[in-house]
This record gives sequence, structure tokens and C-alpha cells, in this order.
Amino acid sequence: MSQLAAVHQRKTRNGWNVRKRAYFSAAGAALLLAAIGIGSWLLGSAGLSVQLDNRNLPPTLAHLFGTDWLGRDMLSRTVKGLALSIQVGMLGAACSVIIAAVMGLMAATLGKTADRIITWLIDVFLSVPHLVMLILIAFVCGGGLKGVAIGIMLTHWPSLARLIRAEALQLMSAEYVLVSRKLGKSSYWVATRHLAPHLLPQLLVGFLLLFPHAVLHEAAVTFLGLGMSPHQPAIGIILSESMRYLSTGMWWLAVFPGLGLLATVRAFDKLGHYLRQLVDPRNAHL
Amino acid sequence: MPLEGSQLGWRYADGPWLFNDFSIALNPGEVVGLVGPSGSGKTSLGRLLSGYMKPITGKVILSGDELHKGSCHPVQMIFQHPERAVNPRWRLSKTVTEGWSPDEALLEALGIQKHWLQRYPNELSGGELQRCCIARALGPETKFLIADEMTTMLDAITQAQIWHTMLDIVHTRQIGLLVISHDHALVNKICGRTVNFA
Repeated sequence: MSQLAAVHQRKTRNGWNVRKRAYFSAAGAALLLAAIGIGSWLLGSAGLSVQLDNRNLPPTLAHLFGTDWLGRDMLSRTVKGLALSIQVGMLGAACSVIIAAVMGLMAATLGKTADRIITWLIDVFLSVPHLVMLILIAFVCGGGLKGVAIGIMLTHWPSLARLIRAEALQLMSAEYVLVSRKLGKSSYWVATRHLAPHLLPQLLVGFLLLFPHAVLHEAAVTFLGLGMSPHQPAIGIILSESMRYLSTGMWWLAVFPGLGLLATVRAFDKLGHYLRQLVDPRNAHL
Repeated sequence: MPLEGSQLGWRYADGPWLFNDFSIALNPGEVVGLVGPSGSGKTSLGRLLSGYMKPITGKVILSGDELHKGSCHPVQMIFQHPERAVNPRWRLSKTVTEGWSPDEALLEALGIQKHWLQRYPNELSGGELQRCCIARALGPETKFLIADEMTTMLDAITQAQIWHTMLDIVHTRQIGLLVISHDHALVNKICGRTVNFA
């Protein structure tokens, strides 16, 4: 009874039900991400140039986020940095998720030998620390955005692949999958029609968990000098540089980029959460 | 060509043997009842006969079995819990047509209403789902059917309806039917022969 009341209350608050709120929040999150993308494109590179007359200005109308110790506009740097971070994060996380999904499904459906090989591969990748592997790959690829992105996509898949493999193996023993096999369906058919849709929520969550990871690792590799070049406004570079100036009272150097990163990650989180709710038929009545 | 289980033995891990040296034969068009107390291994036997598990001892013989790799298996099983035997993310229309496309007459005979097919499994009752599972299992290549407590969740009238349809189909298409059940009255009524399993 109390559960019913709770459902009723949830539906009538603001006159919005969960589905409607899901749509609006998802739209809001998507809007923020799009705004960062379009903003970085519209702002141009004028704000990134060094202007020694405007050094260390606190936030004003001309410079909403203030300027740094070289007179660069922090709004431009923040938006561009976020766009770059989102780019690297998206690319790295999306590729990792694809690799993990393919590996996990292959391990579960292609028999014992394939499973052993893939499990061994996962163990090998997990036995080397992320960052060491990432540095090696970034170094081999010659640094820059390409090196970092390739490094991230090749190092972040194993833990997710292990999870997907376990879930897929469990699904393989579900009665409806067994029936499907008895109806003459191939491994590929079962993997794409029965398993993959079930794993979508896990993959979405995996993507969301990998995204901040990817952004942070990008910053770490950049900090070590193997990632982006220092003049590129990556959010990791901005934050680590601002640490030196915080004690002199220049709070705006860290606060705005930090809040921007927080909002971006949160927007991703919300987007994934609501997407998951909407694609699950068990929530058809929300 | 009968479906034969010869000298079958099965146990879980190192537990006691559920059955050992058990032989059973099922002829096309024959309706055989299998009754026994709970936990005696009726379902396990059904799974062995339909190829879901490999017997520990003995073997299941079905002529032309090796020919059926990659196409519909001639022995289909209908499970006790239909809600586990359908993909919860698929609309019923997709589930019912997974192996073949049942015609309108069959759907009607099984009492499947058209609008059920547009729904997801969590929007239908166990009995409604079970009818869909039956329709799915009755493909043209099905020669033997293992019905594991197929109508336990249905009321008496619906049970009678479904069994009527089933027996009709089984007789016209010469399908061998193994009825696994607790219900002695049901088994005595519909089966030509009863195997006591204990």
C-alpha cells in the first residue's frame, strides 16, 4: 500500500511522471554538452592568445571567468578545454566499450577455447598498471591527441570486458537462450539479438564510468609530457597549472574549470541514468 | 523412428543418482505420461531427452539427430516457468515467431489473442505466456514434444482447452508427446501409456 502511495506521489509531484522528467533531464544534459561543443567552435582562438595587459583579472563582464597569469581568457580556455576533454573521453570510452562488448560476447558464445584465450588476454592487460601501459602506447604513437585516445581505448576495456563476459555467460544459461539454440539459431544470432540488448545497460554504465577515467588519464599523461602540448587548453592542464596560483588568491583559475568538469561529468551521468530507464521495458509503466 | 533414451543416468555433482539405467521410448504420435514425486528427476530426464543436457551414462538416440545441427531440433521442450522461457526485452510477436511463423488458426486454437503479441512478457500472465511458448515450440520440424508441467499454472477450463488443441495437433501431425506431471487424473485422462518415475 505504501509502495502504491509512493508511486502515486512520484507521479503527481509537479504533475510530471518519471518518463516526462527523464525526457527533459536527458534533453537538458544533451543541451549542455552540445553548448560546450558549439561554444568552443564559436569562441574561436582569440581568447587563447597571450595578452600581458590583462593579466590576473578577476571575473568581470569582459572576462566572465577572469584571466590567467598570461592574460588568457579563462572562459575560452574552460570551454575549449571541456570540449577537448569530452572529445578524448568520448572517443576513448566509446572505443573501450565496443572492444569490451565484442570481447565479452565472443568469450561467452564462441566456446571454451575462445573463452580461455580472451580471459588470458584480459588478465595480461589487467596485470600491467593502466598508466604504465598508457604511457607506453602514447609514446609509441608519438603523443598528442591521437596517442592519448588510442592509449585510453586500448587500456580501459579489460575490466568492463570481464564484467560483460560474466553477464553474457549467465545469460547463455537462461532458458530462452537455450530454447533459441534449440530452434536452430547461430551463436552470432543469439549474441546480437538475445545478449546484446540485455547488456546495453551495463555497457552504458561502463561508458559513463570510463568517461571520467579517460579524462583523468588524459590529464595525467599530459602532465607527464606525453599527451597534449602545454599550449592546448586541456582541462587537466588548466587545473594542474592553477594549483600554483591558488595560494595567491586567484580562485577563479580553478573554480570555473573545476565546476565545468563537474557539470559535464554529472550531465553524462544523468544522461546515462535516464537513457537506461527509458530503454528498459520493465519501466514501461513509469 | 522413436525417440529413445537408453540406460540413462543422471546426478548433480557428487549427489546421489537421481536415476540410473533408466530406459524410455517415445513413438511418433504417442502420448506418454511421466509421473513421479517432486525431486525425483522428471525435469532432468526431460532435459536429457530434449538435448539440453548430456546424460552422464547411457545415451539418447534419435535417428537423423546429427542432421539437425543449425536448424530446428526435432525434440522441443516446453518449460514449467514460461516467464523464464521468453526474453523479457522482446515483444511476444518476436518470441512466437523466433523459430517459425505460426498461422492464425493455430494461434486461435491456443487462445492467443492478437493484441497479446504487441506486449512485453511482464504485461502477460503465466498462462498467456505459456500458450505463446507452446505456439513457438510447434514448428514444422518438431517431431517430439516434452511438456514439463505445461499447464500447472492454468485453471481447469483453460487446461482442458489447451490439452484438447495439443492432442489434436499431436494426432494429426504424429508428434510424440511426453507429459511430465504431478497430476495423475490429467495423465490418466490424456495419455495412452504412463511411466511411473521413482
